[in-house]
Amino acid sequence: MLAVDVEKGLGEFIIAARFATANGVTALFGPSGAGKTTVVNMIAGLVTPDRGRIAIADAVLFDSKARINVPTHQRRIGYVFQEGRLFPHLSVASNLDYGRRTSGLPEDPTETKRIVDLLDIAHLVDRRPGKLSGGERQRVAVGRALLMRPRLLLLDEPLAALDTARKREILPYLERLRDEVPMVYVSHHAGELRRIATSVVRIDGGRVTAVGGKELLEEPDADAV
Amino acid sequence: MLDLTPDEWTAIALSLRIALVATAVGLPFGVAVAWLLARKDFWGKALFDGIIHLPLVLPPVVTGYLLLISFGRRGPIGAFLADYLGIVLSFRWTGAALACGIMGFPLLVRPIRLAIEAIDQKLEQAAATLGANRLRVFATVTLPLALPGLIAGCVLCFAKALGEFGATITFVSNIPGETQTISAAIYTYTQSPGGDAAAGRLVLVAIAISLVALVLSEWLARRAGMRFHGE
Repeated sequence: MLAVDVEKGLGEFIIAARFATANGVTALFGPSGAGKTTVVNMIAGLVTPDRGRIAIADAVLFDSKARINVPTHQRRIGYVFQEGRLFPHLSVASNLDYGRRTSGLPEDPTETKRIVDLLDIAHLVDRRPGKLSGGERQRVAVGRALLMRPRLLLLDEPLAALDTARKREILPYLERLRDEVPMVYVSHHAGELRRIATSVVRIDGGRVTAVGGKELLEEPDADAV
Repeated sequence: MLDLTPDEWTAIALSLRIALVATAVGLPFGVAVAWLLARKDFWGKALFDGIIHLPLVLPPVVTGYLLLISFGRRGPIGAFLADYLGIVLSFRWTGAALACGIMGFPLLVRPIRLAIEAIDQKLEQAAATLGANRLRVFATVTLPLALPGLIAGCVLCFAKALGEFGATITFVSNIPGETQTISAAIYTYTQSPGGDAAAGRLVLVAIAISLVALVLSEWLARRAGMRFHGE
């Protein structure tokens, strides 16, 4: 599915990550400051690697040798940020519709309704993002990313800004997404990943230190080491 | 109510037209310059910034004189515009609008620049991941979020244009019906015997227009701000 082999120097810190993912939910697991977010930003096209190659199946997104660098807006990769990043000047409905409109996709009320119901956000559509709780905001952010019909969904610590009760509230919704779209899910929290991940890439100090299944999550939280 | 003479009405209408044209024509340039200053680093940026702000600190007569020697009929730009495009600015109301626009430009740019600087660029990144190219990001995220700054800049520029005197009178003189704005008319009346009543009426009109503009902008900015915080 996704094949990543990139290098990026950030001052003293060097990220050199190489991994491939299958369908399902791939966890990028590692302590804070391990470079997980930078890797995900490179996949999204928000950060340009110094060297390497990124491809989804046959579609090359970045290749330094072939001088290919598909701009972010043409990658069709959904991104759920830690802080949601909903557009404050648009209603929830317009936020949800943003990706479809900019991508020039036809309106599809059935699909919109399905996603809205899946995430249980129908009662929020007329509100402004400023009036939402943290959990509601993240559900809308997930819906907004899904409705642009991404070929891959990136989630960067989507629950980190939420308290424990809110995390429990959202996890079931994320579990439902597993069959919707392949996902790369960044977290330093093993408990969260144990519920949702189908495979695990462990990142430490900018490098991939292990690739495997959920057994990699059996250690304590990455940050606790 | 105020019993205004036709000449006074002419001066008021002319002032409003000049200020509106100066602000409206200046706005796209103002947004472009504000965006450049807020987001881009380039060689000579400090100098560019300085030139933009120059009309704010130069004596207005100097700005007017510079306009006269460059945009006047015999000035290099003025001659070109007149010969090839048929546009004459000197001693015309359009020249007054140019002078007012240049005097108001720094006041137009500054609030827009501050508003653009205050925008969280992470929102623009989010828009890009949703398929928006740079132009679309600008139109759908940057510009709407900078709207309160745009309103503030327009009001300041409009107010400056309305009251501009030195640069205008130096560049396009004080011709009733063509370049005599409220300020120039008040000046003329105060210089002529028995003109006090007319000057007083125009002073009241100037105060009224300025107050309305201020209240209107406050109301617009509050509405724009409210949109970001729900309902």
